Amino acid sequence: MNAPVLNLARSPVVALVGNPNAGKTSLFNALTGSRQKVGNYPGVTVERKAGRLALPDGRVCDLIDLPGTYSLSPRSPDEAVTRDAIFGRIAGEKPLDAIVAVIDATNLRNHLRFVLELKPLGLPLVVALNMVDLAARDGIGIDAARLSALIGLPVVETVAVRKRGLEALGQALAAGIGDAAPALPVVAAGDLKALQKQARQIANAVETATGSARRWSQRIDGVVLHPLAGPLLLGLILFFMFQAVFSWAEAPMGWIEAGIAALQAAMAGALPPGILLSLINDGVLAGVGAVVVFLPQILILFAFIIALEQSGYMARAAFLMDRLMAGVGLNGRAFIPLLSSFACAIPGIMATRTIDSPRDRLTTILIAPLMTCSARLPVYAVVIGAFIPARAVGPFGLQGLVLFILYLAGILGALLAAFVLRRTVTKGSAPPFLLEMPKYQWPAARDMALGLYSRATAFLGRAGTIILGSTILLWALASWPQPPADADRPPIEYSLAGRIGDGLEPLFAPIGFNKEIAIALVPGMAAREVAVSALGTVYALNDVSEENADSLIQRLRSAWPLPTALAFLAWFVFAPQCISTLAITRRETASWRWPIFMFAYLFAAAYAAAGLTYHLAVAAGL
Amino acid sequence: MPSTAVPRTINALAAGEVALIAAIDPAGQAPDAAIRLCELGFDEGVPVEILHRAPFGGDPIAVRVGNMVVALRRDMAGLIEVAA
Repeated sequence: MNAPVLNLARSPVVALVGNPNAGKTSLFNALTGSRQKVGNYPGVTVERKAGRLALPDGRVCDLIDLPGTYSLSPRSPDEAVTRDAIFGRIAGEKPLDAIVAVIDATNLRNHLRFVLELKPLGLPLVVALNMVDLAARDGIGIDAARLSALIGLPVVETVAVRKRGLEALGQALAAGIGDAAPALPVVAAGDLKALQKQARQIANAVETATGSARRWSQRIDGVVLHPLAGPLLLGLILFFMFQAVFSWAEAPMGWIEAGIAALQAAMAGALPPGILLSLINDGVLAGVGAVVVFLPQILILFAFIIALEQSGYMARAAFLMDRLMAGVGLNGRAFIPLLSSFACAIPGIMATRTIDSPRDRLTTILIAPLMTCSARLPVYAVVIGAFIPARAVGPFGLQGLVLFILYLAGILGALLAAFVLRRTVTKGSAPPFLLEMPKYQWPAARDMALGLYSRATAFLGRAGTIILGSTILLWALASWPQPPADADRPPIEYSLAGRIGDGLEPLFAPIGFNKEIAIALVPGMAAREVAVSALGTVYALNDVSEENADSLIQRLRSAWPLPTALAFLAWFVFAPQCISTLAITRRETASWRWPIFMFAYLFAAAYAAAGLTYHLAVAAGL
Repeated sequence: MPSTAVPRTINALAAGEVALIAAIDPAGQAPDAAIRLCELGFDEGVPVEILHRAPFGGDPIAVRVGNMVVALRRDMAGLIEVAA
């Protein structure tokens, strides 16, 4: 740091620490509002959430929301960050000046134990006794003054979602933080069992009334975890969620596409035809559009996922799904990232950070691209529209049925892949499945909005830069060299992409793919749905968008035999081509090995599935 | 230490039966799992009760321990002995 030091007071660093489900993030949101920054810790991919908090004495501190953990012995990358931050071991991070230990008033015994583990570290420590309203609802009374006296720490009652107790918390912090930085804490070897006993004794002493805690949660669980009603309800929730993701997003996606098209038209009017116009329209705008167009779906999906997480339902879903996941060597926790992957594998892969076992996490990352992401939909829509007749099969439409089969094939493929991976590449004993089922709560609007905002910006930032970069690269591949003056074929065939496609043709011929498909798969590396516009380009249609998708459908009908079309669909169930997924895998696994492995195994699976489909279809005389 | 004949684990609890935890992993076969259970509030003398069994085979189970509900698989539940 070489910033000029004026007569400014040092801004102290304060961290929120606590068990999962203590309401830590709600408290962080209540304290910092929208003034928070979400980033990454250097070297690891754990999210770093920081904000500014003004203390009553005028000082402004940096407030950091550390990942929830049950103890100072970490089990996952998330929890390791919490420990390292507390001990001031993270490079580039200022050491802590104080800790706010957030504890759940309805679960005093367990959460107090962690406070007792933090206390010997010697950092100024303020206890936020959170969710006192829920405790009161359950009939639990806590004598906060007595608690404070017994543990020898300031205790402030808070209700984060209602912004109660925040001022008192600020005052306690201001009183606790000195002018000089405290000494770095040393590792204290606490005896877990002794602390546990002490915590229980203190809890027994300060609880003035012990109500029938969690009565409501237990009643709801009676339905949600019922052996019959539970899975049925989960199925209904998922069905409704996917309906919403696709139907609610339709209109805004149309606006975004129209907006991008209008911008492209404006550019075409303002600039002479040439390389610059092509770069802006086919490179930059097409690249930005390819990312932004999925934002409505991703926001809707995230809204559901955040609501399910905050309400406490996600842990129940993991419980219900654990048996199925155990069958392929994973556990129920993998369910949430895989669910996110139906919108896009990128947020799904980012969500694997909560999985504590590295092998489980890696397996989940590797199978995430098999969940049918929304980028495959445009491809499916065009090919199904062209080749699958719109007739009824019983009460269902044949086209819808084929789409359902493609989704199902992805899920079964993922389960099969996990089964094989857990026995070969990611072999090792399965970690125990141990998950706290938090009490049910209404999701708070502020927490939903802030969660949505931070995830959306993370998606746009990470995926956007990668997709934009790769689209421009592939645009260059598809644009150079330029066709000769007397060209009689579409320009793309003369380009590098076209030549790569030519070279790939012999590889794809055995699975029924023609040269045009091979060429379209090259720019399709940027994002799967780009394959549609690339097909339009090779079949010499100038612009394939919603309006003239029909003409592409007509062209494909005359150009492809049915087995080729079916093989193309089967290819896209496994399709490895998505540079952003590979890039995010490289980030999250911190190695080139796994994205390369991912590409290779998906390619092999896609090739096998397409080949099998093609030859079966030919043999069946289709 | 009372010397009971056959130690009973959580898995043997009947529906609605509340029992006190007698020991966790007394044989020391899974020390890491024992620590994790302890962190989640499983400790000697704490009352436990099976609330739910997952569909399709009854594994995992949801156990009330103190004021918390924790989901765990039966193999891990087998480490937790309860008083008869």
